[in-house]
Amino acid sequence: MKGRKLPVTIRLLSYAWNYKGRLALACLALVGLTTFQLVGPQLVSYAIDTGINPHKVDGGFEVDGSTDTLLIAALLIVGAAMARGVFQFLQTYTGEFVAQRVAYDIRNNIYNHLQRLSFAYHDKAQTGQIMQRATQDVEGIRMFMSLGVIRLVYVVVLLIATLTVMVLTSWKLALVTWIFIPPTAAISIVMTTKLRPIWLEVQNLQGRLGVVLQENLSGMRVVKAFGRENEEQAKFDAEAQQLFNYSYRTNRIQATFGPILNGVWAVATVATGWFGAYQILHGHLSVGDLAKFMLYLGMLQMPVRSIGFVTMFWARASTSGQRIYDILDAESAVQEKPGAPDLAHVTGHVQFRDVSFGYDAISPVLRRVDIDAQPGQVIALLGQTGSGKTTVVNLMPRFYDVTGGKITIDGTDIRDVTLASLRRAFGIVQQDVFLFSATIRENIAYGASDATEDDIFEAARLARIHDFIMTLPDGYDTWVGERGITLSGGQKQRISIARTLLLDPKILVFDDSTSSVDTETEYLIQQALAELMKGRTTFVIAQRLRTVKSADQILVLKDGRIVENGRHEELIALDGLYRQIYDLELRDQEEAFERERERLAEVKGEPETAIAGGGD
Amino acid sequence: MVFFGGAGSAGGWSGGGGGMGGNLRPNSLKRSTDGWDDDELGSVYSHRVVTRMAKMIAPYRFRLFLAVVGVLGFATMTRISVLAVSGLIGAATDGDMDRLNRWGLAYIAMAVLSAAFFFIQMTSTGWIGHRLLLRLRKDMFAHLQKLSLRFYDNNEVGRVMSRITSDVTSLQELMTGGMLTILGDVVGIAISVGVLLYFDVRLTLVTFTVVPVLVVTMAVWQAYSRRAFVRVRQAIAVVNANLQENVSGVRVIQSLSREDENAKRFDNINRQNLNANVNAGLLSAAVTPAVEVIVATATALVVAYGGYRVMNGHLAVEGLVGFALALQMLFDPVRDLVLQYTQLQRAMAGGERVLEVLDTKPEFEDDPNAIDIEDISGRVDFNHVSFNYVDDVQVLADLDLHVEPGETIALVGQTGAGKTTITALISRFYDVTSGSIEVDGIDVRKITHASLAHRMGIVLQEPFLFSGTVYENIRYGRPDATDEEIREAAETVGAHDFISRLEEGYGTYLHERGMNLSVGQRQLISFARAILARPRILILDEATANVDTQTEVVIQRALNTLLAGRTSFVIAHRLSTIRNADRIIVLEHGRIVEQGKHDDLLALGGRYARLYRMTYEQHALSSSANGDGARAGSSGNGHGNGHTPALKPAADPAR
Ligand SMILES: Nc1ncnc2c1ncn2[C@@H]1O[C@H](COP(=O)(O)OP(=O)(O)OP(=O)(O)O)[C@@H](O)[C@H]1O
Ligand SMILES: Nc1ncnc2c1ncn2[C@@H]1O[C@H](COP(=O)(O)OP(=O)(O)OP(=O)(O)O)[C@@H](O)[C@H]1O
Ligand SMILES: [Mg+2]
Repeated sequence: MKGRKLPVTIRLLSYAWNYKGRLALACLALVGLTTFQLVGPQLVSYAIDTGINPHKVDGGFEVDGSTDTLLIAALLIVGAAMARGVFQFLQTYTGEFVAQRVAYDIRNNIYNHLQRLSFAYHDKAQTGQIMQRATQDVEGIRMFMSLGVIRLVYVVVLLIATLTVMVLTSWKLALVTWIFIPPTAAISIVMTTKLRPIWLEVQNLQGRLGVVLQENLSGMRVVKAFGRENEEQAKFDAEAQQLFNYSYRTNRIQATFGPILNGVWAVATVATGWFGAYQILHGHLSVGDLAKFMLYLGMLQMPVRSIGFVTMFWARASTSGQRIYDILDAESAVQEKPGAPDLAHVTGHVQFRDVSFGYDAISPVLRRVDIDAQPGQVIALLGQTGSGKTTVVNLMPRFYDVTGGKITIDGTDIRDVTLASLRRAFGIVQQDVFLFSATIRENIAYGASDATEDDIFEAARLARIHDFIMTLPDGYDTWVGERGITLSGGQKQRISIARTLLLDPKILVFDDSTSSVDTETEYLIQQALAELMKGRTTFVIAQRLRTVKSADQILVLKDGRIVENGRHEELIALDGLYRQIYDLELRDQEEAFERERERLAEVKGEPETAIAGGGD
Repeated sequence: MVFFGGAGSAGGWSGGGGGMGGNLRPNSLKRSTDGWDDDELGSVYSHRVVTRMAKMIAPYRFRLFLAVVGVLGFATMTRISVLAVSGLIGAATDGDMDRLNRWGLAYIAMAVLSAAFFFIQMTSTGWIGHRLLLRLRKDMFAHLQKLSLRFYDNNEVGRVMSRITSDVTSLQELMTGGMLTILGDVVGIAISVGVLLYFDVRLTLVTFTVVPVLVVTMAVWQAYSRRAFVRVRQAIAVVNANLQENVSGVRVIQSLSREDENAKRFDNINRQNLNANVNAGLLSAAVTPAVEVIVATATALVVAYGGYRVMNGHLAVEGLVGFALALQMLFDPVRDLVLQYTQLQRAMAGGERVLEVLDTKPEFEDDPNAIDIEDISGRVDFNHVSFNYVDDVQVLADLDLHVEPGETIALVGQTGAGKTTITALISRFYDVTSGSIEVDGIDVRKITHASLAHRMGIVLQEPFLFSGTVYENIRYGRPDATDEEIREAAETVGAHDFISRLEEGYGTYLHERGMNLSVGQRQLISFARAILARPRILILDEATANVDTQTEVVIQRALNTLLAGRTSFVIAHRLSTIRNADRIIVLEHGRIVEQGKHDDLLALGGRYARLYRMTYEQHALSSSANGDGARAGSSGNGHGNGHTPALKPAADPAR
C-alpha cells in the first residue's frame, strides 16, 4: 500500500488535509488574530506617547497630551479586541473542529479495520492494548492536531510578526530581547527530546497495566477459585510501581527544565526592562515603547514556551500515531480478490480438495484433507481434542485461509467470491460462546437486526430456550451481562444456537454447540432441527456419539488427517478409531439397556412402551 | 468567587437505569441513561471526595507544605515583578541611575526567586500527584479483589477499568493541579489587586467596574458548558464501550456478517461524540474572545482614565505602565479559575466514581473471627439451602445434601437446573439466601476465603486461561509447584501429549483466554491447573465437555486414583463420565429429585434412567421430556413448528 513508508506525522497530517478548506480558514484567522494581537500594545504605546506624551525637559519629565487622543486610543483598543476576538473564535473553533473530525475519522477507521481483520490477528491481540490505542492514542493525536499543528503555525507567525515590529521600534532593545529566544527554544527542545523516550515508555506501561487489569477482572472467577488475590495484587502493584517510576521521571524532567525556562524568560524580561530604562534615561526610547516591549514580552512568553509543548505534542502524537498505524496497517490475512463477484444461488455443495493448513508456518494442523459434502447432507466431524475439527469449519467461511489445496462451494473457490456473500451462506454456532452485554432479544437478533418478534420467538423455540426465557421476569428483555455471565452454560449455548438459526443460512455448522446441554434437551433440539436441516448442508462437531450417529458422513480426524469416513454402520464394521470410541462410550449403555429391556419384558411383559413410548 | 455559587445540579442528566441498562441490580455501579457510566458534573465541591482525599494526602503533609510554599511564592514573585518594571521606568524618567540599577537588581532577584519557587512547586506537586495516583490505583485494585462475583456479574469489565484508569487520573489532577492552581490563582488575584491598589486606588475602582460583567459572562457560560461537557464524557464512554465489545466479540461479528450494521451503528455513536465535542468546542471558543473583550475594556479604561489622571498629576507615568501590566496579570488567574471550575467539577465527578468503587461494600468479607482451615477431611453439608441470584427467581430451593469425606458426587440435571450454582456456593462465590453450607462441619461463612480456596480445586464450566506460558497457567493452582509436578498434572489429564507437541512445549505462550488452543485443550489445561492445587475438594464442572471420549477415558482412569480420599463434585452431561460416582444427584429446578448409585437409579426407572437411555436411544420417551419449559407449563414442541417465514427448511437455493 502506498503511503505506508511515509513518516507517521505526515500520514497523520494527511487526515487533516481532508479538511483543507477549514484549515485554510483557521490559518487565515490566525493571521488576522496575530495582526490584531500586535495592534494592542501598539495602541497602548500610542496612548502613552501621544495621548499623554511624557517628554524629557530640563530636570525631568513633563506630560502634555490630549484627552481626545486618549479616548480614541481607548476606543481603538476595544475595537481591536473585538476584531481579535472574532478571529480568535474562528481560529479556535475551526481548529478544534478539524481536530475532532480527524479523531472521528481515525476512530471509525480503527473500528472498521478491527472488525475486518481476520481471526489470526485477533488471536494474538490484547484487548487492553487495543483499547489503549483506540482511546488514549487517538486523544493524543487530537491534542496534537488542535494544540500542536495549529499552535505551531501560530507561534511561527506571531514570532516573526513581533520580531519585525520590535526591530522597527528599536533594534537595540529588540536585540536584547531576542538573544534570549533561541536559548529558550533550545532548552524546551532539549527537554522534549529527553521526555520523548520516557513518554513512550509511559504509554507502553499504561497499556500493560490495562492488560493486567483487564485479565484480572475478566478472570475474576479463576482468581477467586484459587484464592490468588495476593499474587494478582503483587503483579498489579509491580506494574503500577513501574508506571509510577516512569511517569515520575517525566515529572522530574519537567520540574527541572520548567523553572529553567521560566528563569531564562524572567531574565529576558529583566534585561529588556533594565536596558530599556537606560535607553529612556538617555532619551533613546519613549516610555510607550518600553511599555509596548514589555507587553509584547508578556504575549510572547506563552508561545515561546509552547515551542516545547509543540514538540512534546508532536513527540506524543508520533508515538501514538505509530501505535495506531500498527493496527491500521495490519493487513488481514484474509483478503478479498478485487472485483470478486458475490456467491449467489448456493446449493450447499462444499468440497475440501487436498486442503492443508497451519496456524503458523511451523506446525501443520490439517494435512491434505478431502471432504465432499453434498447439498443437504449432514457431515459429522469427530476426533480427539486438538485434532483440527474447529479448524476445518473455520476454514470454510474464510476465518483463516488454507495454506494448501482449496475449498469450493458449488464448485467455486471460496477465495474467488466476496467475503460477505460467502459468510452469509453460513450459519455457525461457535464452540466458544460469546454473548453481548445486551438483552436476550438483541442477542438473538444480532445477526438479523430486521427480524420480527415472531422470527425471534421461533428461533428460540427451535433452540429450546423460549420457554426458559418466558419464565424470566423480564422475558426477552432480560439483560444477560458481559459474555452472558448471568446465564447457565447450556442457556448460553442455546441462545447462540437461536441466534444462528435466525440467519436462515444455506450451510449450518454446529461446533460442539450442545456440549453443555443435557442429553434430553439436546435430543429435543435435534428433533426440532431435523426439519430445519432439510435442504441445508450441515456440519456437526460433537463429543457425544449419539449426536453424530445418524449423520450421512462421519469423518474421523486424527492429527489433522481424515482417517475414517462413512456412515455409522460402516465405521462400526471398519473396526477402527470410531469403533473404539463407540465401545468406550455407548456399548456399555446399549448392553445395559438391552439387559434392562429384557428385565422389563419379564416384569411387565410390554417393554415397548417404556422404551419408545413417545417416539414418532 | 461569586460565580461558584451558580453551580446547580446537572439538570436532566441524572442517572437511573433506563434504556438498555435494564433495572438497576444490587451491587452495581451507577449507570446513566445510555447504560454506561453516570457522569454527572454536579457540584464543584463534594465533601465526601474532599475529606477522603484529605485523609489520603495526610501522610504527604511535608511535601504538601512545600508545594503550598512554592505555589504562593511563585504567584507572589510573578505578580510583584511589575513593581520593578514600574520602578525602572520611574527611575529612568527621573534620571536616577542608582535607583535604576537598584531596581534592576531587585528585578533579577525576583526572577531568580520565582524560578526557585516554581521548582519547589513542580517537584512537590509532581511527587504528591504521582504517589497519590499509585496509592489510589493499588487501593482500588485491592478493593476490587475483595468484591464478590455478584459485582462482576453486574458490571462490565470495561466500566470498572475506566474507573481505575481514567477516573483516578482526574482525581489526581484535582489534588495536584487543581487545588493548588486554584490556591495560586486566588492568591495571585489578591496580590494583583493589592498591587493595583498600591498604584492607584481610584483607577482600580474604575477598572473593576468590568468585573461584574466578567463574572456574569462566566456564570452564564458555565451553565451552558456544563451540560456540553457532561455530554462529551458520556459520548466518549459509549464509544469506548462499543469498541471494547467489538474487539471481544469480533468472531461472532464476522461469523454473523454484522460488520456493515456495526459500522453504521458505530459511525452513529462516533458522530454523536463528534457533535458533543464540537459543541463543547464551540462554547470554549466563544468564551475566550468574550473575556478578552472585557479585559480590553478594562485596559481601555486604564488608558483613558489613567492617562487623564497622569495628565492631572495624580499618577506617575511609570505608575500607569505598572498598572497596565499588573492588570494583565490580574485577568490571567481569573480566566484560569473559570477553566478550573470545569476541571473541578470533572475531578469531583471522577472522585465520586472512584469512591463509588472503593465504597462498594463487598457483599461479604472474611468474618473477623473466621478461621483458617488446614487439614480438612472434606465433608460438605448443605443444610436446607435456598439461593437466588436475583429476587423472585429461585434457583435452589431447600437443598439438603450431605457429602461424606472422599465421596464422589455427580450432579445431573437439565441445563439451568442449578448444578453450577451448587458448586459456586461451596467455594462461596455467592452467599446462600437461607440455610447454610458447612465444610468439615464449619460454616463456610466462618472460614477465611484464602484458606477455603486453597483447599479447593475447581474446573470452571468455561475455562479461562491467562495470557502467559502453559507453565504459568498450570502453576496458577499452586505457585510453588515444580516444573516436574506441572508435567505430572498435565499427564494426569492427558494434556501432556499435546503440550509437548506445541511449538515450545510448556513454554509456549498462550494468548488472551488461551485463544491459540482448541477449546478442549483449554479445558485440559484448566483441569491440570485444578489438580495441581492438590485440593481436598475437587469440583469438575463439565470439565471434559469439549474433550473427546478417548481422552476422557484416560482422564477417568487417572482420576480414579487421584480422587481417592478427595471429596469431589462432578458435573457432566455425558453420563459415561459419571456412572462410577459414589452418588448421583439428579436435580430439577433447584431440587433434588433422585439420588443414589448408578445401578440403583437405573433400577428406579425414573428421570435418571430415562436420561441414560436417551444417550443412545433416539426415540426414548420424547413425549414426556421437557426442556426448561416444564417450568413455564407450556412447551413449544419443536418439530413441526418450523414454518415461520425465516425458518422454514431451505427449499430454493436462491435467497
Ligand atoms: N450470575 C447469575 N446471575 C443471575 N442468574 C444466574 C446467574 N448464574 C446462573 N443464573 C441462573 O441460575 C440458574 C441456574 O444456573 P446454573 O448455572 O446453576 O445451571 P446449570 O445447572 O449449571 O446449567 P448448565 O448445565 O446449563 O450449565 C439458571 O436459570 C441461570 O439462568
Ligand atoms: N488460533 C490458533 N492459533 C494457533 N493454534 C491454534 C489456534 N486454534 C487452534 N490451534 C491449534 O490447532 C490444533 C487444532 O485445533 P482445533 O481447534 O481445530 O481442534 P478441535 O479438533 O476443534 O479440538 P476440540 O475438540 O478441543 O475443540 C490444536 O493443536 C490447537 O492447539
Ligand atoms: Mg474445537
